[in-house]
Amino acid sequence: MNSFKERAFKYVFCVLAYCSLLFLLGIVLTLVFNSLQAILNINQLQFFFSDDWAPYFYPPIFGTLQLVISSFMVGAMACLIAVPIAVCTALFLFELASPRARAFLKPFIEILAGLPSIIFGFFAMVVIAPWLQRTFDLPSGLGAFTAAFTLAFLAIPQIVSITEDALSFVPKSFKEASFALGANRWQTLSKVIIPAAGSGISTAIILGASRVIGETMVVVMVAGGATALPESIFSPVRPMTATIASEMGEAAHGSLHFSALFEIGLMLFVITLILNLLATRISKKFRLKLGHGR
Amino acid sequence: MATSTNQSEIKVKVENLNFYYGAVQALKNINIDVYANKVTALIGPSGCGKSTLIRTFNRMCDLVPTKKVDGQILLDGENILEKHTDIVSLRRRVGMVFQKPNPFPKTIFQNIAYGLEIQGIKDKSLLRHKVETSLQKAALWDEVKDRLNQSALGLSGGQQQRLCIARALAIEAEVVLFDEPCASLDPISTAKIEELILELKKNYTIIIVTHNMQQASRVSDYTAFMYLGDLIEFGVTKQIFTLPKHPKTEAYLSGRFG
Repeated sequence: MNSFKERAFKYVFCVLAYCSLLFLLGIVLTLVFNSLQAILNINQLQFFFSDDWAPYFYPPIFGTLQLVISSFMVGAMACLIAVPIAVCTALFLFELASPRARAFLKPFIEILAGLPSIIFGFFAMVVIAPWLQRTFDLPSGLGAFTAAFTLAFLAIPQIVSITEDALSFVPKSFKEASFALGANRWQTLSKVIIPAAGSGISTAIILGASRVIGETMVVVMVAGGATALPESIFSPVRPMTATIASEMGEAAHGSLHFSALFEIGLMLFVITLILNLLATRISKKFRLKLGHGR
Repeated sequence: MATSTNQSEIKVKVENLNFYYGAVQALKNINIDVYANKVTALIGPSGCGKSTLIRTFNRMCDLVPTKKVDGQILLDGENILEKHTDIVSLRRRVGMVFQKPNPFPKTIFQNIAYGLEIQGIKDKSLLRHKVETSLQKAALWDEVKDRLNQSALGLSGGQQQRLCIARALAIEAEVVLFDEPCASLDPISTAKIEELILELKKNYTIIIVTHNMQQASRVSDYTAFMYLGDLIEFGVTKQIFTLPKHPKTEAYLSGRFG
């Protein structure tokens, strides 16, 4: 009886554990299957290299270059803003903050991490966009920079927490060794701890970038929505995710347009997959380097 | 051992030293004279305060935020426990080797050069010269001279520990503190380190914490036996090990507790 129970438990847990894998498999198959119509019927050179997205024309034109460029532009700007703030925050929390400052600051960063992205969107629409519009005298506050600025704050908590983990993985003995050789705090931090945590910090940044590129709600709300190639960092743009979200409702089920949106989704999947694999590889190397098991 | 005890000059003098972690007193009114160019061993059961004591000599104990310390430690006559003591220069004069070898995840060369580079030394040929002489002093040069640009983490534990010793010698320390340097090493590596310590005392003053009684009797000239924060007995190693004056010392050395 007992061994039956044990086996039953094992199977139940095993099935549950494989659920996520099945789900992932389902997602990949759905993406590929639904993209097939677009892949077969749209000239793929045009799909990747034309910057004209006009699904309602006759004949429709499906060029995604400007959507991809918008995604990367918003993502890159968001990272440029988020990374210095997040890394400095993590360094402050890890090394400089008094226990009291730490206990005060950390919960707030965690709350920020838990906020739904649509709330960020609201804040960006009502506060950040009008402010940028006034400050830079723009025709509209909704554009790439506004989206990037908002996404940066969405990514910061995650980058902070992974960077902090990376820093705390650095053995305390390195710090002691450095101090014992007459190094001061700044030298220890910049020459020993940060290099030792370097690849961990890179992992944090890549995962942050992947989060930013995949984020949808904020860019739907504040990126501006224009499907043209961006002319400046303030131009209204429409990244890949926003395009899918805003057109999926209108595209007729089973149409070429519908399938083209799935192909954008497939592209997005591949991009974030590459970023995540890169992050895993780098962090594995990092653990090896510091002598934490394989 | 300990033949010319009277002629030796005092390098470090500990006077009425008390040390507290928060409310807990870890060291109680310690008085020790550490003689120049001699090896002084600190022994005693776990928790007796010997690691705390050795960490006050280079102010590594400052890393503990709740610590409180009074009394004096005179290095060449100068109290190093003052508020205005230049800790950076103190730590250059008093080097430390830790219980577990802790080389940086850098190359062998960079590990030794680190202590010099943070002093602002950039001259490549000077660095190379110092790296070579320090590795020679630590009896490691012949084993690593062909792979100075490889990671220090690829060395064996014993080699890593000698690298850490070389690192302390490179910044021209006068006193070298060893906090159980052989605790994680095999017997052969341990023998090498002990041999090295005996060699180093010609030019350096050495203080070593050890759990290993045989090691204390093999390498040290003076021994301090500590128990629960008190210094029970301090004297010439030979005398401590053959004719301990205090019954607790005798009991510990004969293995009745600890």
